[in-house]
Amino acid sequence: MAVETADGYVKVIVFQLKDEEYAIEVNDVQSIEKMQTVTRIPGVEPYIIGVMNLRGIITPVLDLRKRFGLESRDYDEATRILVLKRDNSDIGFIVDGANDVMDIAASNIEPTPEVVGGVAEEYLRGVVKLEDRLFTLLHIDKILNKPEEKQRSGM
Amino acid sequence: MMGQSEYLEVFIDESQEHLQTLNDHLMQLEKAPEDISIVGEIFRSAHTLKGMGATMGFEDLAHLTHNLENVLDLIRHEQMSVTSHVMDVVFESVDDLEEMITDIAGGGDGSRDVNETVQKLEALQNKDQEKAAASETAAAAVDSPQKPMQEQTAVQESYDEYERTVLKQSYEQGYNPYKIEITLDEQTMLKAARVYMIFDVLEQVGDIIKSTPPADDLEDENFEFSFVITVISSVEQEELKQRVLKVSEITNVSVEVVNVEEPVPEAESTSPSNAEEPAESAPAKKDEQKESAKSDKSEKHSGGSKKGSELNKTIRVNIDRLDVLMNLFEELVIDRGRLEQISSELNNNELSETVERMSRISGDLQEIILNMRMMPVDQVFNRFPRMVRSLSKELGKNVNLEISGAETELDRTIIDEIGDPLVHLIRNSIDHGIEQPDVREAAGKPAQGNVHLSAYHSGNNVFIEIEDDGNGIDKEKVIKKSLENGVVNEEDLEKMNDQQIFGLMFASGFSTAQEITDISGRGVGLDVVRNTFETLGGNITVNSVYGEGSLFSVQLPLTLSIIDVMLVEIGKEKYGVPLTAIVETAIVNKNEVYSAHAQKVIDFRGNVIPLVFLNEIFEVPDRESAKGNEYYSLVIVSKGDKIAGLVVDSLIGQHDVVLKSLGSYLSNVFAISGATILGDGQVALILDSNALIK
Repeated sequence: MAVETADGYVKVIVFQLKDEEYAIEVNDVQSIEKMQTVTRIPGVEPYIIGVMNLRGIITPVLDLRKRFGLESRDYDEATRILVLKRDNSDIGFIVDGANDVMDIAASNIEPTPEVVGGVAEEYLRGVVKLEDRLFTLLHIDKILNKPEEKQRSGM
Repeated sequence: MMGQSEYLEVFIDESQEHLQTLNDHLMQLEKAPEDISIVGEIFRSAHTLKGMGATMGFEDLAHLTHNLENVLDLIRHEQMSVTSHVMDVVFESVDDLEEMITDIAGGGDGSRDVNETVQKLEALQNKDQEKAAASETAAAAVDSPQKPMQEQTAVQESYDEYERTVLKQSYEQGYNPYKIEITLDEQTMLKAARVYMIFDVLEQVGDIIKSTPPADDLEDENFEFSFVITVISSVEQEELKQRVLKVSEITNVSVEVVNVEEPVPEAESTSPSNAEEPAESAPAKKDEQKESAKSDKSEKHSGGSKKGSELNKTIRVNIDRLDVLMNLFEELVIDRGRLEQISSELNNNELSETVERMSRISGDLQEIILNMRMMPVDQVFNRFPRMVRSLSKELGKNVNLEISGAETELDRTIIDEIGDPLVHLIRNSIDHGIEQPDVREAAGKPAQGNVHLSAYHSGNNVFIEIEDDGNGIDKEKVIKKSLENGVVNEEDLEKMNDQQIFGLMFASGFSTAQEITDISGRGVGLDVVRNTFETLGGNITVNSVYGEGSLFSVQLPLTLSIIDVMLVEIGKEKYGVPLTAIVETAIVNKNEVYSAHAQKVIDFRGNVIPLVFLNEIFEVPDRESAKGNEYYSLVIVSKGDKIAGLVVDSLIGQHDVVLKSLGSYLSNVFAISGATILGDGQVALILDSNALIK
């Protein structure tokens, strides 16, 4: 479950993807980078854009739109790469823009409704309603799991 | 315990060294049970372990080593003979010690139930004490003549022909040759200083012809308490004695006049050839005595690990620091690339000279840093003799492990990784390869099976081979099993040669063991082994003749991190091809390319070699620039005896780059072994040309 602050709050980073806002826990995020040159890697899943040089560390970069099967669009000034901390290597997520850092009360997190804006339910951990905003809390591990992994390694 | 944490690391390091020494020497002892000098070494290691364990508060460890020491002591004094049973118990206790040290290294308190082993050790002692009591008189009889003999040898002095001549001449010139035996007080702290003072005193009144032990040994305190000096002097015998006695901490001085005619009294009466004998045998005895004096001494100083003369000038450096150094240097290499690029763009003479110099220096630095990380594979190999011993006992097989090339060096990172897979391969050879002794004999082989573990350098690679003269691999069984498990289909199988078929054993979910034994065949199969070697940038092949044995050959890169690559461009993308794989580069006209079986080939120096179009394999976009070109740029690469030509758009040049992994998320990208950061900060992928050659 979410890592909660002492008073039952979760600190999240809110980012934009298509018309929706999503959130990732701050603890999972290493840094937020502007778009930069990414070297393509041949023969991998299309949503893996390639690798970038993040201060001397080779970091894989994923396009979150492609990962969720949303239509692609060109990267622009607002495009950001969220670099997530993983156990052995960091991973970058390309998003349309990083909007906010905020504390949300754990009580505001509600279970995912049946259908949310086209993103498959399995990647979602919950929905946060906050006054007039509504955003979706993502399940990092699920996003990183390659569904094809088993077939591939069986080759 | 808390306050000792800083010593803990040292303790663990040293204990592991001592354990290794124990193991090595025990193995030696088992081969040569009558060689008591080995027991001395073993005893010393055990003794040091005991001391260290007790100091650090590891009671069980100290308790066990204490008992082990007792047994070793009996062996050392020839009151117990080295039987197979004794060796088993001793090995068992060393195993216990290892467990404890491993536990301590893993943050445990090193406690372990050692009662059983201790009881076995005690049983050994008791049994032998009875025997010892019975043979005590015999032992005493053996002991007693030794002692007076040693005392005698201490006074004896012999002179070679040259020395005799000198003595004789000085005698003729009116000097007296004296032989002085000096015994220092046992409490003497600075023996060398006393020796120096005595020499000084004697040199004031005469010339020193000879000393036994030699002056060097005396200075290094390589003697017990007495030594003999021969001087020629004009002073009287008594005066000489008094002068020497003025030096403090001397318990006894005896001065004798050397009879210069006498040394060869028998020589004149018997044949001349015998004349050498007394002169020769005496020094031999001296040597023995010196030896024992030496070993006694180092025993007392057993805290110091080796005999003084062998001490290497080394320091211990935490491997983490070396890793940090390496990482920093990698950064430097990247910046160096950047600087080289800038300086070639700016075209300023002074700048390019400075950059060139810097590149050269950092090149030297690179070599030193890489060398610093090199370790002999012995680090890994040295645990195998023990393993083979216990394994063959367990399986009731008779196996001889032969090791060669243990001094071959590899990067520390690689050394750390190859231990487990090699263990697996050796276990495999013994479990599945070597047959039971009776089966071997029936097959006309010697009952003892041979496993030969060897390491050697070749180019930028190190090869490690494990060869056994066992049963070999049954090809039919491999084929059957692979088909059963769906590792391969019949169609592919038909195209395979023997080596490729044996290679199927490395596919996941493969095991040819007929019965699941405790040794191998637990599911974690050869696929894991292959994976480990491949992650390290190496590979493994196997060859076998059924009935005669098998050979597993592992190829590993010398070092992991900095490699020489040829940078090539395909479309707008840059790739690095490791120089180790490149035979040469070439440019060929498109009309020299032929088609054979839908495969583009060229005639290259009389060989037909296939072309691999990287732009197709890597699905490179934006390749308009290359289209109009009527030439192909080729990088000819080899894998074993097979070669292929990689077609690229242009060759950029040769670079030293830092190989970085793509990370676990991107493991198993086809034909890509890693990436590197170029001088301009861009990431270039490094090709794994082995994957491209079929």
